[in-house]
Amino acid sequence: MATNGQGSVGIYRGTLLAGLWRENPVFRLLLGMCPTLAVTAAVKPALTMGCCVIFVLVCSNIVVSLMRNLLRPHLRILMFTLTISTFVTIADLFLKAFQPEMSAALGPYVPLIIVNCIIICRAEACASKNGLAISVIDAVGMGVGFTITLCALAGVRELLATGKLFEANVMPGWFVPWAAMGMPVGAFVTLGLMLGLVNTITGKKN
Amino acid sequence: METLNVLLMGFISVVLINNLVFTKFLGICPYLGVSGRIDMAFGMGLAVTFVVTLSGTLTWMIDNWILMRFGLEVTRYVCFILVIAGAVQLVEMYLRKFFPPLYDSFGIFLPLITTNCAILGLCLFLHLWEIDSLVEAVVRSFGAGIGFTMAICIMAGIRENLELADVPACLKGAPITLITAGLLTLAFIGFAGMIR
Repeated sequence: MATNGQGSVGIYRGTLLAGLWRENPVFRLLLGMCPTLAVTAAVKPALTMGCCVIFVLVCSNIVVSLMRNLLRPHLRILMFTLTISTFVTIADLFLKAFQPEMSAALGPYVPLIIVNCIIICRAEACASKNGLAISVIDAVGMGVGFTITLCALAGVRELLATGKLFEANVMPGWFVPWAAMGMPVGAFVTLGLMLGLVNTITGKKN
Repeated sequence: METLNVLLMGFISVVLINNLVFTKFLGICPYLGVSGRIDMAFGMGLAVTFVVTLSGTLTWMIDNWILMRFGLEVTRYVCFILVIAGAVQLVEMYLRKFFPPLYDSFGIFLPLITTNCAILGLCLFLHLWEIDSLVEAVVRSFGAGIGFTMAICIMAGIRENLELADVPACLKGAPITLITAGLLTLAFIGFAGMIR
């Protein structure tokens, strides 16, 4: 029994850590690119977005995991998207009520969480095959991994585009802001270079 | 004449100035995933154009004539995703019956159009831009599809040549594609001042 307990704890930890680095949704699986690029002009919206995604991911993984034995193959994707869109509506209404500024800044990208590939991918690959505990832990790991990635990208972009972090000045006076980093081109190129960096790091390890 | 002008401006605006891929970051996944060959990219673009026109029109009608009239805006997202899933199913059945080779070559990418953010994104933007006539909604939805097709075809063309280029090992694949896409958006910024 003791070894069994040890084994399951090991699985839980492995699942949690997988989302953070080895199977990081953005860097390694290339999922959820649209929000990654769209909301990372500054750290604050990126963090809000990350929290929304964690909430939706955990809730939808719980529901999908509970109803995994009732799913029919051809209606699977439809059931997933309906579950997800319900929770996204909740998150959207919550943001509108308590964080109206953030809600306005994120605009249509909050409802677009519905079609975020990370959530459907986790529902398909993990929650529809595993029990409740693994699904929740997997959702938390993936969600946190996604949020960290968003914040890293947003941090670089906000720093270079405005010389600020969390809307506070951090760069010395002689720093000239790079306006391009705040534009779409900044998002694409920064993410491309970061992916290159991650490839270099993992390439060395292997 | 006035209406025609508005429609034309709306079309150009959504194809060039507010291009969904280059300025709104929508539909990046198929853009990175499928755009390796021009003919595949073109077929994909046409399928998306059809779905986006159909679902943009339908969701506009549902939104304006049913949801807003009866105060049911809370169910907006659920309704939208249902309409889109239905439209994709329709395209899938049509292609399987009449163009089996094309159907086979798309494989998993066809049902995944449901989760293409460009389509849901456009339906949401139609609400955000406060489009108030059905014709304009149809024209803009169609324009969004054309814009997506154009973007994905340009990218496929570049990637066909990129195969022959000497790219640093760590940037091979997705990173260089993203950087190329970034440079492409720079070109599209040039259209920004044309109309508001």
